[in-house]
Amino acid sequence: MKPDSLAQRIIPVLTILIAIVAIWYVAAYFMNAPFQRDLDRRAGVTSSTMEFIGKTMAQPKPILPAPHQVVSNVFENTFLRSVTSNRSLVYHAWVTLSSTVLGFTMGTLTGILIAVGIVHLKALDRSLMPWIIASQTVPILAVAPMVIVVLGAINITGLLPKALISTYLSFFPVAVGMVKGLRSPEIIQLDLMRTYYASGTQTFWKLRVPASIPFLFTSMKVAIAASLVGAIVGELPTGAVAGIGSKLLAAAYYSQTIDIWAALIAGSVLAALLVTIVGIIARIVDRSMGGRPA
Amino acid sequence: MNNAPSSVVSASKLGLTFETSDGPVHALSNVDLTVNRGDFVSFIGPSGCGKTTFLRVIADLEKATAGEITVNGMTPEEARKSRSYGYVFQAPALYPWRTIEKNIALPLEIMGYSAADRKARIERTLDLVNLSGFGKKYPWQLSGGMQQRASIARALAFDADLLLMDEPFGALDEIVRDHLNEQLLKLWARTEKTICFVTHSIPEAVYLSTRIVVMSPRPGRVTDVIESTLPKGRPLEIRETPEFLEIAHRVREGLRAGHSYEE
Repeated sequence: MKPDSLAQRIIPVLTILIAIVAIWYVAAYFMNAPFQRDLDRRAGVTSSTMEFIGKTMAQPKPILPAPHQVVSNVFENTFLRSVTSNRSLVYHAWVTLSSTVLGFTMGTLTGILIAVGIVHLKALDRSLMPWIIASQTVPILAVAPMVIVVLGAINITGLLPKALISTYLSFFPVAVGMVKGLRSPEIIQLDLMRTYYASGTQTFWKLRVPASIPFLFTSMKVAIAASLVGAIVGELPTGAVAGIGSKLLAAAYYSQTIDIWAALIAGSVLAALLVTIVGIIARIVDRSMGGRPA
Repeated sequence: MNNAPSSVVSASKLGLTFETSDGPVHALSNVDLTVNRGDFVSFIGPSGCGKTTFLRVIADLEKATAGEITVNGMTPEEARKSRSYGYVFQAPALYPWRTIEKNIALPLEIMGYSAADRKARIERTLDLVNLSGFGKKYPWQLSGGMQQRASIARALAFDADLLLMDEPFGALDEIVRDHLNEQLLKLWARTEKTICFVTHSIPEAVYLSTRIVVMSPRPGRVTDVIESTLPKGRPLEIRETPEFLEIAHRVREGLRAGHSYEE
């Protein structure tokens, strides 16, 4: 089969994007119109329909900002501010990114270690797995402030507490994926190792580990997105002064709806970037392991 | 071949019973058999007759529950630990992340052969199975027949003079299978290995073997052992000769006698 050309892949995505933007504009009009009518009546202004529509899209604190308001805010706060400024989205994104990456790294390593333990020790399989699953049913929003307060009490502040929340969210998909991956070799592949009288270590490194790599990357894609959520959640309730999460909270506090949406967009772009980077690394590794080009 | 044939595999009163939730299943019962050095022995029978199980007992992939069996004069476990056989499975079981030569290198790496020795052995075995030049390919780039040849090369790479083959060509089409059968005979002549070969194809068994072991199911047992009278050099056309057809007929009779065509 011929691989899709770039245009073939972009056109469907673009179509949906245009649809979303169109719906957004319509929604912005209807959400902001009552307040605008109110304003006009009090000021005693009568405006034509087009003027009125224009005004619903230009309020400073709209209920639902129009897409172009958000875009211009994102643009302004990304490219026109010094990256060290407290108003720069790049600055806030960087703060969140650093704790995301630290937390993701620790989470991935923890997940792999847990999976190796579970696959090799029956006792761990029985004792650990239920706890791991239970750990993910705890509402992270309730746990996050406690983690930060408890660690703060023993003088651990700054990056690490936030990263730990990312770790907490990201180790799970990696552990589950790696357990599956390390157990993915077929019986015939294991029998082959047995006929060679291969040691457990040899079977692990020459069969289980390479077989688990695709599973690792799939779960890492989930884990990196979860890490970002963890980092943002870690910034929300803790009075953090920087990061996408604190930006969201501050904007909500002052009803800066445009800023909220801008921070959301920044967070989404960050998530997309991170998932894409993991995806690209996965592709490169797959190629080097003889993967059949898709 | 040795003039004084010594036994490579020797089984007496061998039995294997699987305990399942539906009660015991007698996969093998009372199997007496000797495989001599240099033999090409085929095991033929319908599914469930225990032919694969017998091969797996030789390979120490299953443990017999009754009787005695020795492989190269040792217990199957000792034989496996001294790496005295190469096993070819029904599927190639090549590791997809390794190239063909890396797949052949796998047992050599595990058994601790030096890098230079590995290289020489890979080259030699690739040549044995007519795959020279394909060493750098990945398994998915090869056809099913070529993949199975690569897996035979992998089993030949280390110094085991017993080759256990479990329906290695079962999944291949007849044309490819004929071709591989011919190659396998040449390979057998060149390497002087002892081969135990499981199949459910009568022509394949008769064409390849010096002895044909006919088995029947429930319980899995040996019903007939046929010594082939065919010469060692066998062109494919030998399958048209009366001698060949007569042996094939006897195999078919043996299978029928074991009620293996029931149901």
